[in-house]
Amino acid sequence: MDYHSPANFAEASALASKATGITRFLAGGTDVLVQLRSELVTPDTLIDIKKIDGVRDITRNADGSWTLGVAVTGAEMSEHPDLGNDWPGLVEAMDLIGSTQVQGRATLTGNLCNGSPAADSVPAMIAAGATVTVTGPKGDREVAVEDIPTGPGKTALTKGEVVSAVNIPSRGESGGDAYLRFIPRTEMDIAVVGVGVNLRLEGDEITEARVSLGAVAPTVLLVEDCANAIIGTSLDGEALEALAAGATAACNPIDDKRGTIEFRTEVAGVLAKRAAKIAYARAKGEQA
Amino acid sequence: MSKFHVTTQVNGDEVEFLCDPRETLLDCLRDKLNLTGAKEGCGTGDCGACSVSVDGRLVCSCLMLGVEAEGKTIETVEGLADGEVLHPLQQKFIERAALQCGICTPGILVAAKALLEKNPDPTEEETRYWLAGNLCRCTGYDKIIRAVMETAAEMREAS
Repeated sequence: MDYHSPANFAEASALASKATGITRFLAGGTDVLVQLRSELVTPDTLIDIKKIDGVRDITRNADGSWTLGVAVTGAEMSEHPDLGNDWPGLVEAMDLIGSTQVQGRATLTGNLCNGSPAADSVPAMIAAGATVTVTGPKGDREVAVEDIPTGPGKTALTKGEVVSAVNIPSRGESGGDAYLRFIPRTEMDIAVVGVGVNLRLEGDEITEARVSLGAVAPTVLLVEDCANAIIGTSLDGEALEALAAGATAACNPIDDKRGTIEFRTEVAGVLAKRAAKIAYARAKGEQA
Repeated sequence: MSKFHVTTQVNGDEVEFLCDPRETLLDCLRDKLNLTGAKEGCGTGDCGACSVSVDGRLVCSCLMLGVEAEGKTIETVEGLADGEVLHPLQQKFIERAALQCGICTPGILVAAKALLEKNPDPTEEETRYWLAGNLCRCTGYDKIIRAVMETAAEMREAS
């Protein structure tokens, strides 16, 4: 296995372009090293992106949007004084992953590029409308987070492409987000169902919404029917039932030891309602 | 395959080692630096027995490569005691019998120290969540949690 630690993303992309065999980029390593050690994936080329300037930075841009370096850890996101005020759902979703030790290393970008449909931070990023900057042989392109996963363990990134930044929109006025997941224990487990909701209000009425479901299909889903069910409403009982119905209808889960198809489908609706209520309360400026 | 030359600081001492890029920091600590306090329980970041602090951040040393340690500041359980004087957490773990087989203990001590540095007055719930990534198959955790809480109280009084 060749190990490289390039000084910039163009160099990282060039290394990956000319590499043969299996290439992995190393950020926090909490998935890559497990796969390496268990001999599930033994890379021929490992490209550590942590020596690149700025990869540990959390930056609030002049327009209120955020740029997160690809090696920013969950712990650094949770400790940031302002990020969690703008995007509490996103920060909480990331914080749900693994232990204190894992939080010290794990990254949003790694969670996304690992391609697990149960990745906790991914529904929250999709609900937030986050994009990633992808650096490749032809330069940079910006890709919506929902367009990155293409199947379990698979992404839309092509040979030589590497995620070089995470872009989170400006929170703006009267907005709120939330992420909830179901696990059979209280900590240290993988989502059986995850739901991210992000919305904006004018008065009591929802004017914008994005709802994303995790662990109920081969990829994390952005569900427009769920958003449409609550846009134009004040999240009354009828809207909540329509939201739950939309979530249930979108589910195409697997049956496994952690949750049956029936269970995951039912819980997706329940969590969608609960997460929407939290996001709504946050948009109202209430504690939730 | 050529090896990498790594220079890093461990428990205040500058150390050097040569490693294959596939070797984890845990492998390097144990096999090259003879610091066998950190244990390999699972090797996949689930059990916390290999917990160390890297640049002040608690991590599983099995989930970090040795080559990544270049230029870092690492603290392991071997750095807890000051010579023959045990760290208050170590002393309390003995007094309260907060260990049985001892495999998880180095990781729990390093993790608990990191907790108390970040939060000198944690609630029991905060302590339990902080240590959720440190598995102990002997004690049932109660004695460990009580030892950490008591140490925190005594360290607050002493400071």
